[in-house]
Amino acid sequence: MDNQEKQFRLNVTRRHFLTKAGLGFGSAALGSMLFKDQLFGSSDVQSLPLGVAQFAPKAKRIIYLFQNGAPSQLETFDYKPLLNKMHGEELPASIRMGQRLTGMTANQEKFPLVGSTFGFSQHGKSGAWISSLFPNMASIADDICIVKTMNTEAINHDPALTFFQTGAQQGNRPSMGAWMSYGLGSENANLPAYTVLLSRGRGNGQGVYSKLWTNGFLDSQHQGVVFSSGEDPVLYLKNPEGQDRTSRRDMLDELAKFNASSFENFGDPEINARIKQYEMSYRMQSAVPELTDLSKETDATIKMYGPDCIVPGTYAANCLLARKLSESGVRFVQLYHQGWDTHGNLANDMTMQAEDVDRASAALVKDLKQRGLLDETLVIWGGEFGRTNYCQGKIDPVNYGRDHHPKCFSIWMAGGGIKPGMVYGETDEFGYNVVKDPVSVHDFHATVLHLMGINHEMLTYKHLGRRYRLTDIAGQVVNSIIA
Amino acid sequence: MKLPSLTNITLNKKLIIGVLSFGIISTAIYFSVGKTSTTEAAIPDVVDFNYHVRPILSDKCFKCHGPDAKARKAGLRLDTEEGAFAALKDDPTHHVVIPGDPMASAMYTRLITEDTSEIMPPPSNKLPLSKSEIEIIRKWISQGAKYKKHWSFIAATRPEVPEVDADLHPKNPIDNFVFSKLESVGLEPNEEANKEALLKRVCLDLTGLPPTLELQDKFLNDNSPNAYEKIVDELLANKHYGEKMAIAWLDLARYADSHGYQDDGYRTMWPWRDWVIHAFNQNYGFDKFITWQLAGDMLPNPTKEQILATGFNRNHKITQEGGIIDEEYRTEYVTDRTNTFGKAFLAITLECCKCHDHKYDPVSQKDYFSVFAFFNQVKEKGLVGDISLASPGDPPIIKVTNEDVQSVLNFINKKDTNDVTVMVMQDSLNIRATRILRRGNYDQPSDTVDMATPASILPFNRNKFEKNRLGLAKWLLDPQHPLTSRVYVNRLWSEFFGRGLVKTVGDFGMQGELPTHPELLDWLAVEFRESGWDIKKMVKMMVTSTTYKQSEKRTEKKFAADPENKYYSYFPRIRVKAELQRDLILTSARLLNEEIGGPSVKPYQPKGVWESTTSGRGELAKYRQDTGYKLYRRGIYTFIKRTAPPPAMLIMDASTRDQCEINRMRTNTPLQALVLMNDPQILEAARVLAQRTSNLNLNAEQKLERLFRLVLCRKPTESEKALLSEYFKKEMQRFTANKDMANKFLKAGEYQQIPTKDITETAALMQINQMLFNIDETTIK
Repeated sequence: MDNQEKQFRLNVTRRHFLTKAGLGFGSAALGSMLFKDQLFGSSDVQSLPLGVAQFAPKAKRIIYLFQNGAPSQLETFDYKPLLNKMHGEELPASIRMGQRLTGMTANQEKFPLVGSTFGFSQHGKSGAWISSLFPNMASIADDICIVKTMNTEAINHDPALTFFQTGAQQGNRPSMGAWMSYGLGSENANLPAYTVLLSRGRGNGQGVYSKLWTNGFLDSQHQGVVFSSGEDPVLYLKNPEGQDRTSRRDMLDELAKFNASSFENFGDPEINARIKQYEMSYRMQSAVPELTDLSKETDATIKMYGPDCIVPGTYAANCLLARKLSESGVRFVQLYHQGWDTHGNLANDMTMQAEDVDRASAALVKDLKQRGLLDETLVIWGGEFGRTNYCQGKIDPVNYGRDHHPKCFSIWMAGGGIKPGMVYGETDEFGYNVVKDPVSVHDFHATVLHLMGINHEMLTYKHLGRRYRLTDIAGQVVNSIIA
Repeated sequence: MKLPSLTNITLNKKLIIGVLSFGIISTAIYFSVGKTSTTEAAIPDVVDFNYHVRPILSDKCFKCHGPDAKARKAGLRLDTEEGAFAALKDDPTHHVVIPGDPMASAMYTRLITEDTSEIMPPPSNKLPLSKSEIEIIRKWISQGAKYKKHWSFIAATRPEVPEVDADLHPKNPIDNFVFSKLESVGLEPNEEANKEALLKRVCLDLTGLPPTLELQDKFLNDNSPNAYEKIVDELLANKHYGEKMAIAWLDLARYADSHGYQDDGYRTMWPWRDWVIHAFNQNYGFDKFITWQLAGDMLPNPTKEQILATGFNRNHKITQEGGIIDEEYRTEYVTDRTNTFGKAFLAITLECCKCHDHKYDPVSQKDYFSVFAFFNQVKEKGLVGDISLASPGDPPIIKVTNEDVQSVLNFINKKDTNDVTVMVMQDSLNIRATRILRRGNYDQPSDTVDMATPASILPFNRNKFEKNRLGLAKWLLDPQHPLTSRVYVNRLWSEFFGRGLVKTVGDFGMQGELPTHPELLDWLAVEFRESGWDIKKMVKMMVTSTTYKQSEKRTEKKFAADPENKYYSYFPRIRVKAELQRDLILTSARLLNEEIGGPSVKPYQPKGVWESTTSGRGELAKYRQDTGYKLYRRGIYTFIKRTAPPPAMLIMDASTRDQCEINRMRTNTPLQALVLMNDPQILEAARVLAQRTSNLNLNAEQKLERLFRLVLCRKPTESEKALLSEYFKKEMQRFTANKDMANKFLKAGEYQQIPTKDITETAALMQINQMLFNIDETTIK
């Protein structure tokens, strides 16, 4: 049997398997995992390298609370009292070490250090320093692992975000969620494996782009599906005016008769696959609105997430929706929350952003924990880079700004096999460079994939002659933060 | 043991004819083996390097023992004869390959050893060879280990056309090649498709629009022997031909209406898009078509049209993010042009060599930057203005004026009297030195390189070609160039037949697939070049071939023998592209606006698609839907904001236009079902078509038949008529019982309401239309 033929046979088997199993969306993913190398590689059965099931996954699902615009590490989790002491003094060249600057501060004559205007205190058994802006996150200090030594290669939003989501600054590569969908599929036959929730805070915002949830060169069924908590939670989901469940059911039944006769005439298995997709869409029409309906939430939930959580489109509502989607088996829920780009007016913007984000972020972790889901759900909180320890523009005791900084920044992770109550990595006293245990974006991806039971070097897809990975050609699992 | 002389091999004579040009008799052998091989253990009698060995080496070995000098392990390379026949570096008494003696060849012994520290590839690579692959290596060595240049790097010569049985009605040489191959694998072509199916297919293929009822009747009633050819000629002359052909080119040229990064401002490259449509309609030769796009500005006394065509190389994304470093992004744009050049014209993944020598193909990092140098001469910045100062483009630019559109650029559909800015190519007077960038990083320049092309493809002869983009275009069009013509005829083929003769239409390199019909590909490539690169002539040859006209019926036998249909024993069922699905539905409702060109339009789109992603800055923060005739324009004119592309099209597998895309995926998802059932654009078409039909002086059966013919482009069968009639009655009952529902249903869309006598009947007809639009066959060409 030659390769193409074999590939096709497997394709057919795969499709058969999927349609028989009555799965939809993620189903093809499962199939592609099982038969990956036949489909996309070129080889024989004996050389099936599977990323999955090499070892037991610690996490089954991911909720990624992306703080878009890059929150300052110096006002969140990286306490640097020296900056307050040296407030207004010039950043020593020995610390900057020629780090390239963005176009916004490259022409600045001076780089005066600026200390945080917000107080810090220690929390939890690890004694993690957390800014006074985030009392709720501080209350879950024993559940989270703060990584202070994240670093990236990009110094501007678009490439940095793209790098975080796809493993490359440029090019149309698949995003993290698409890789998960491809590698692991969905746990729920009526929901996509990868969903995206968008919100905007009151701080200076940076937009998002559909390439952040792109399938890249993977099948388009791995594309992130944007959900909203509005009237039509998924695009085109709602029946038009003048149609109801019954009339739609009748139409699908008629449609199936015509399609079945096409199948008899032409023998094309795509026709049967299409019939199944229509059935799946019908099931989604009832499953999705049920899930996204926030009108029936209990007082206890509203109290936990805050009153905003029943206002569609807010960060709090998205956190709650994320929990519901995840609980229903969505493999990867990606949130983006805009407003963290504090080039100026930092004190004011950070305060507003924290107000919108702090309570609901912590509530999500608490909620998952009380439902017994935190162990199998990985929650990630963080932005695309950090912010400079020196002031952008004029220094002002009440207000100041910080430019983009790639060399160190803080994120936190919780659940899903992450060591709870831990602070990882050390930065220098200026909050500028990593001193110990750096974590690159590739390392971060490798670690996340590892928690999901995937060897990052083996989840590959052959495209235009090359086997691509989320981690490109780098990445090391950070074992120290794994429970 | 010596390799048996190829000419001594006894083979079906018909098969041998035509493959001589390849210098590979074994292409024939390959397929003769394909016929008998039912188990994976089948090994060809004569092992061919290009067809059997290199795919294994490329996939499993070249990563460490290939063209990339830096990644090379043990100083060993297997991609060249010299490398493979050399003594081992660490043990000069042994050789990698000793022709004729596998057991003395490390290439073989290292594959079969049981010592895990010796075995190749190392188990950690997870790329073990299968038993049959190892056996192929053994046999190849024992047969003399003959190396060959990669097939696509050998210039094509015209093979002889094989003879086939006249009963198969070969129309032109395409059929001779296809049928002779079919015969060799024991298959027969299908009979000709019925006239209705054929008409729909060729209309959708040549204009992207379904045949009207009048055309259906005309063709059905035309019994002259050249009825089909007449239709083909009409369609080739139809003004919509250019639109259909342009879609694939716009994907390849990453055409869009926004800059593409972050806040994603507005750009006006649409006059360039109008030019592409014009060029196809005027049937510009492919030589002229690509020369103007690559180097129109460098032609002697260039016309404005020639300069406009160079917009091709400015369609890449451009950032407007305030903090970016200029040189970083300027480098990114030159990179995009270089990569696009590689994919679009050579079907070679040049981008692999930006950071290192190519792992699989004989293209080095130096080669990459030598091509990069051609595109590195534009006087441009990395940053286009600021998002708050809406800028449709950064210099070099041209302004398309009212005088232009009345004279030299009269194909541009410009109604607004303001000038339109189009970004074009223009080089600086002083040549910018191009340096190899270490690991591809803009801030790590090393050695300086000169403009040149990969010598492994075709050396850049300085006496023949100028050292600029015009020289580069001439290099592409040189009769000795092995790729340009093959690559484009292969794309045309895949446009009509659903897959390329080389399946990987974007990769003719060593990791790409081998051609299924190498002789046919070469014949077409030479024919195309010698015809003066005449695209319409080539298209006509393809769509008038008997191969193209086959029915879509697939029998169990054919499926079993050739599951992928790579030998074309029937015509494949292919869903039309996203844009054409829209066009098809609008046409059947007679809603389609037939205007050509002009600024892109914003039809219905779900609320919030732009608004939920934007930072709020820039002209494109809010989606301002168009009204009136702009709602009914062809899909090709739908506005593409790259950071939030039109969702219905994206769901239907359209390109995001983020970068050069050669081949769209074809997926089958529930979201596609939701679009076809619930998109207001489609509901509106169903409504308008229902209202128009309701008012016709026809009985119910006649109305249903008419709708069926309008949407599916054929007459319904008796059983289909019965199904329609039954469903219609059911819906009549539903809407009779619930007039309110009927009224609501009929509100769909902004198009003016057409009063009808019977609301119930109209709503029931609308329901029928909605169902018809969703039938699988409807959107199959």
